[in-house]
Amino acid sequence: MTLTELANPSRFLAFANRALPWLGGMTVIAFAFGLDMAMNAPNDYQQGATVKIMYLHVPSAWLGMLGWALMSVAALGTLVWRHPLADVAAKAAAPIGAAFTLLCLVTGSLWGRPEWGTYWVWDARLTSELVLFLLYLGVIALWRTVEDPSRAARAAAILTLVGAIDLPIIKFSVDWWNTLHQGSSVFRLGGSTIYPTILIPLLVMALAFTLLFATLHLAAMRNEILRRRVRTFRLMQASAAS
Amino acid sequence: MNPLGALLVRDMRLSIRVGGGALMGVLFFLVVVTLVPFAVGPDLALLKKIGPAILWLAALLASLLALDRLFATDHEDGSLDLLLMSRTPLELVVAVKGVAHWLTTGLPLIVAAPLIGLLLNLDPLAEGTLALTLLVGTPALTFIGLIGAAIAVALRRGGLLLAIIVLPLTVPVLIFGVAAANAAIVGPVPFGTPFTILCALTLASLVIGPFAAAAALRQEME
Repeated sequence: MTLTELANPSRFLAFANRALPWLGGMTVIAFAFGLDMAMNAPNDYQQGATVKIMYLHVPSAWLGMLGWALMSVAALGTLVWRHPLADVAAKAAAPIGAAFTLLCLVTGSLWGRPEWGTYWVWDARLTSELVLFLLYLGVIALWRTVEDPSRAARAAAILTLVGAIDLPIIKFSVDWWNTLHQGSSVFRLGGSTIYPTILIPLLVMALAFTLLFATLHLAAMRNEILRRRVRTFRLMQASAAS
Repeated sequence: MNPLGALLVRDMRLSIRVGGGALMGVLFFLVVVTLVPFAVGPDLALLKKIGPAILWLAALLASLLALDRLFATDHEDGSLDLLLMSRTPLELVVAVKGVAHWLTTGLPLIVAAPLIGLLLNLDPLAEGTLALTLLVGTPALTFIGLIGAAIAVALRRGGLLLAIIVLPLTVPVLIFGVAAANAAIVGPVPFGTPFTILCALTLASLVIGPFAAAAALRQEME
C-alpha cells in the first residue's frame, strides 16, 4: 500500500482499524518481554538497582526525538507535496512526542538525584532536551490557536522545520561540551560500550517503546480524522440552519 | 529610490513616528533592569556579577516588543499583500523589514546599555564587551523573531504565542552572548571561543530567518 493510496481518509481509517489491534498486541508482547528482561538484568556494580531507570529513560529520550523527526518529515509532506494526511500525522505526533520528552526529563531527574546528587543541572544535554520540550509545547499551542486546520498545519510545519535544528544539538551535545550527562554509549564509532546483558534488554525496551509510539500515533491520527469530520458536519449543520 | 531602500525608510519612519519605537524599547529595557535590584536586593557585588546576564535578558525581552506588530500592521492595512505581489523577492523584503526593526529597537538598546550598565556597577571593560556582544547578538534575536512574527501574523492572540514559540529558539544566542561577556570579564574561557559561536549563530539566523519567515508569510496569505 503506497502513501498515495493512503491519502484517502476513508481508506486510511480502514487501514488504521485493521492495523491497530495487531500493533497493540505486538506492543503488549514486546513490553512483556522487555520488562521481564529489564527486571532480570544484572544491577550495575556502582549504581545498584537505580540503573533500571535507564530502561525507561533512554527509550523515551529516543522516542521524544523520533517524534520531532517524524513531525519534520510530515512538515515537508505538508509544505512540498500537500499530502492530506501529513498534517494529521504532524498534529497527532506532537502531544505524544511531548509526553515522551517529559517522561525522559522526569526519569532522568529521578535517576540524577541518587547518582549525581541533584535533580537538575544546566548542562548542554539536559538544557537542549528541555528546549525540545518547550518547542513541543509551542507547536501544540500553535495548533490550538489557529482555528482552520490547514492553515495551522502550514504554520506549524515551518516552526517544526526550524525547531529541527535542536535535534543534532541534543544528539551531539555530549560530544561538543563537557557534560555531567554521560557521552554516547549505544550508537558510537567502535561499537557499543554497554555489556550485552544490559544492552539487549535496553534494545528490546526500545522496540517496545517504538511500537507503543506507533500504536498511539496511529490511534491519534484516526481520532484526528474523525474529529475533522465532526467539525465539517457541524459547519455544514450550522450553515444549513442559518 | 530602489524598492528595498524605500521599504527600509518607510518601516523606520513608521516605527519611530507611531508608538514611540526606539524610545519605548529603551524605556522597557530600563524598567526591566531597574526591577532586578528590587528582586535580588541592592547588593552591588552580586549585581556586578550577574549584570551581563540581566542586560542580555532585558535586551531579549525588549527585542520581542514590537515584533508581533511587524507583519500584523501590514497585514491589516493590506500593504503586506502588495509586498507579496511585488517583483522584489519576498525573502529580501522580509530581511529589510528585519534590518529596519533591528535599527529601531536593537541599536538603541546597544547605545543605552553602557549607561544602564552603570546602575549594575559594571566597570568600563565589562560595559565595552557587553555592548560588543549585544551588537553582534541582537540581530540574531531579531531575525529569529521574524519567523515567529510571520507565523503569528494573522492570529488574534499573536503576541503571547509569539513569545512562546520564539523564546526557546533564542536560548543558544542567550547562552553564548552571556558566556562571551562573562569570558571577557571574569574568564577563564578565552573571549574568542563563545564570541565566534555567537557570530556564527547570528550569521546562520540571518540566512534561516528571512527564508523561513517568507515561507510562512506565503503559506499564511494563500
